[in-house]
Amino acid sequence: MTDDGTHAAHDHGGHDHDHSATPCEDALKELYVYIDGELTEEKRSIIAGHLDDCNPCLEAFDFEAELRIVISRRCHDDVPESLKLRIAHELELQDDQTRDA
Amino acid sequence: MADQAHFAEQAMEYMSPLYSAALRMTRNPADAEDLVQETYLKAYRGFGGFTEGTNLKAWLYRILTNTYINSYRSKKRRPDETELDEAEDLYLYRRLGGLEAVAAGRSAEDELMDYFTDQEVKDAIESLPEQFRIAVLLADVEGFSYKEIAEIVDVPIGTVMSRLHRGRKALQKRLFDFASQRGLVPDGMVDPNPSPDAPAPALAE
Repeated sequence: MTDDGTHAAHDHGGHDHDHSATPCEDALKELYVYIDGELTEEKRSIIAGHLDDCNPCLEAFDFEAELRIVISRRCHDDVPESLKLRIAHELELQDDQTRDA
Repeated sequence: MADQAHFAEQAMEYMSPLYSAALRMTRNPADAEDLVQETYLKAYRGFGGFTEGTNLKAWLYRILTNTYINSYRSKKRRPDETELDEAEDLYLYRRLGGLEAVAAGRSAEDELMDYFTDQEVKDAIESLPEQFRIAVLLADVEGFSYKEIAEIVDVPIGTVMSRLHRGRKALQKRLFDFASQRGLVPDGMVDPNPSPDAPAPALAE
């Protein structure tokens, strides 16, 4: 792990990088797109390479990816049986109308 | 061209995720049921226009989303981007990222599963302004790609990305507020004046 004091994940303040962003800042900028699996292969491999070398960024990325899993797992609702029956019934009625037409 | 006779056998399996999405959109079980029913009826009637072999799930979500926007959302409340809670990058990680280290041997996922209840995650999503709520829902709960979301809500991919970026950060802020309210945030992790430049206590070495 490098220790140049510019890790986006743990030292975001106090440094000005007007012209050249650090690898950590570059990675952070693409955090969501990386986790979403929507980066080009070239960009993806640059960030994957950075995460291999930079533990603070890796931890932050892991946290975000795991939060994503938790959000998805926490968001399910059981469909009321009455709704299933209602929709099945409505579709049968539609079928009958289609046939009668 | 898809045959209506095959509609039910192909489309019924998506009722559960569609119902969850409808609940997050309408925030009301009665409206959610009506919205799902209307979606199935419209989809049945329009099934002839669906190209068999293409993405049925995305097609159903497009109908659901359009029906919601046209018929169910509150007309008087035009969602405005200024309603969104702005939060810095890694908002939750900077505040809760150390939990993993505290409970050695457990993953962040296990910790976060314990941390937030179903209801809190649902409430947090439902608290987002509509356009952010729909984007986050489609991406993070349903797992649609940027391109699919762009087609479902009919906006450019860049707009989808921007809504996701801002919506996800606001969602993290909301989740953290819930954790704080329940007193779940350990002492020393609550910053009364959070600033974007605050160092993350969780990462102190």
